[in-house]
Amino acid sequence: MKTISRVLVPAMLLAAGSAFAAAPDGARVYQKWCAPCHAPGITHPGTHALMAKYAGQKGGVITEWPDLTTDYVRTMVRTGISVMPHFRKTEISDAELDALARYVARKP
Amino acid sequence: MRIPPGVKPVDFQAALAAFSKIVGPEWVFTSDADVDLYRDAYSPLVGEPDERFASAAVAPDSTEQVQAIVRVANQYRVPIYPISTGKNLGYGGSAPALSGSVVIDLKRMNRILEVDEANASVLVEPGVSYFDLYNHLRERGSKLWVDCPDPGWGSVVGNAIDRGGGYTMANYRNHFDSHCGMEIVLPNGELLRTGMGAIPGAKTWQQYKSGCGPWVDGMFSQANYGIVTKMGFWMMPEPEAYLRCTVRVPRYKDLIPLVDTLNQLENRRVITGFPDIATPLLGYPPTGQVQVFLEGNASYPMTDAHKALLAKADQGYSPELEAYGIANGIPYWELWVTFYGPMEVIDAQWQATQRHFRKIDGATFKVVDRLALPVDAAKIEDYHEPEFGVPSLRAFSIGARSPFNPSPSKGHMWFSPIIPRTGEAIFEANRVFSAAAKDLGMPLFQTFSMPACFWERSFIFILATPVTTDAATNRRYVEGFRKLIEIGGQHGWGEYRTAPVFQKHVMDVYSFNNHALHRLHETLKDAIDPNGILAAGRYDIWPRHLRRTGK
Repeated sequence: MKTISRVLVPAMLLAAGSAFAAAPDGARVYQKWCAPCHAPGITHPGTHALMAKYAGQKGGVITEWPDLTTDYVRTMVRTGISVMPHFRKTEISDAELDALARYVARKP
Repeated sequence: MRIPPGVKPVDFQAALAAFSKIVGPEWVFTSDADVDLYRDAYSPLVGEPDERFASAAVAPDSTEQVQAIVRVANQYRVPIYPISTGKNLGYGGSAPALSGSVVIDLKRMNRILEVDEANASVLVEPGVSYFDLYNHLRERGSKLWVDCPDPGWGSVVGNAIDRGGGYTMANYRNHFDSHCGMEIVLPNGELLRTGMGAIPGAKTWQQYKSGCGPWVDGMFSQANYGIVTKMGFWMMPEPEAYLRCTVRVPRYKDLIPLVDTLNQLENRRVITGFPDIATPLLGYPPTGQVQVFLEGNASYPMTDAHKALLAKADQGYSPELEAYGIANGIPYWELWVTFYGPMEVIDAQWQATQRHFRKIDGATFKVVDRLALPVDAAKIEDYHEPEFGVPSLRAFSIGARSPFNPSPSKGHMWFSPIIPRTGEAIFEANRVFSAAAKDLGMPLFQTFSMPACFWERSFIFILATPVTTDAATNRRYVEGFRKLIEIGGQHGWGEYRTAPVFQKHVMDVYSFNNHALHRLHETLKDAIDPNGILAAGRYDIWPRHLRRTGK
């Protein structure tokens, strides 16, 4: 039997940052945009790169860094570094970036 | 604020006000900080006068909004440049071909409109990434696979219309060929559907590709004749099993029958998955395993004697090196072949494959992975994920810092000429391009380079040109890259895709009969986009009023 699902659900599940949307969930933003490169393990190039950069000082997993500031996260997301590109506001809105920065820097 | 070339400031302000009415002011970006986010993150011209910049960006949420934006652009003659997800890194990123264009950012158009499990097809908008589509299908329990490029965060539509490729079966890994039906906003704002979609109430838009009459879909890939707002794709149903094996051959010249036999078997659909060729004697892994090697610094082990012979070899060959390999059981070439299907079928295909390769004296065979599908999600990282329809960002290990690469690049420019799918062509491309790269001082070769096997009847002889933090070095590499394009053209090779900074040079290679193809492109441009508002300069197709200055 032929089954077709017609759905008009945005694939991007994150709120778009309007005044009426629910506050963005930093963990979900991280999971969507950051984890594929920054989750634990050397199969994640961001983690592998940071392991090398900070060898002997700290690990490569950014969510475990004790000294990370929200401003630093915001800057990295908007400027990029090395082969990590910057992210546009249609990808990570300012509201999502605030939530993401608090999540990554563990500043609730 | 930057102003588009040839546009009066008052008209630009009026256009921006109109854009704001269409999409809402929060989706019109004009501040330098916001517009800078549309720079190409891997541009070799960062900070240089000829770096490509946007003047503003507008992010519509619907086809109707795209149509309205296009009409406003015509009214005020504002150049616009659409991007889908802007992740075309190494081929131009999110920056426009013509500096000062307003980028139309389609990322918000991220709806997966239809999943037809029985027909194994989907219909998606341009803002849908491979990750989005993969997650959507898995959440719904679909048995459809997504053929992903490396990395997998780009647009399904965008990569197809830039004619990118992936890693499963030949008919799926050619992403443009796997599409079925398009919806396009033309430069005058009119809406077009191609193939069977041209029939009102069509029942077979994603079932039959070409409709009746001229099939125009190709005109909307790597072009500037319309903005694709919907695109259908045929998807690969999840196979029952996966088999990956190697065929190893001992001698340098064995590459020729190795590739010939591969071609015969893949074109007959005996070998069904992505083929890949490694060079154990020269120390290089297959394309699909590069990230594994970069992560672990694992390579084919080499003795000092082996390294010394390799250092003396000419383009990866010397009789002494070949003799060393034969004496020590190290193959010159290692073909990785994969099979998808019922286990009993792929086992039989592997048997037939071995029978054909045995005609190469000394060929040896090995099963690497024999798996029932699907692979446990917790174990997928043990494999090259895209070969299992799973998107990944592991390819960013190329150029990234690691314990084995203390000096990361700032990005890369892909030099991607198409060459014949023969062993002879691999030898010739190495000879030509390694000599040229040496003359130009470009770090593209160590000893030998292998092509990628994305397409069934050609190779992409793909080379990563690094982007550095030094402007003078980047400028030298850009000029060298352009020279390589020219040299490729002299040998009958052309790029399959390139960044705006090289598009004129690449299209100049396609010059048969006094550039008849380019002249047709311009004729079409004049007819379809008489005001020249859409993606001016993309693949060197300029509107009439920019032809003198644009080039």
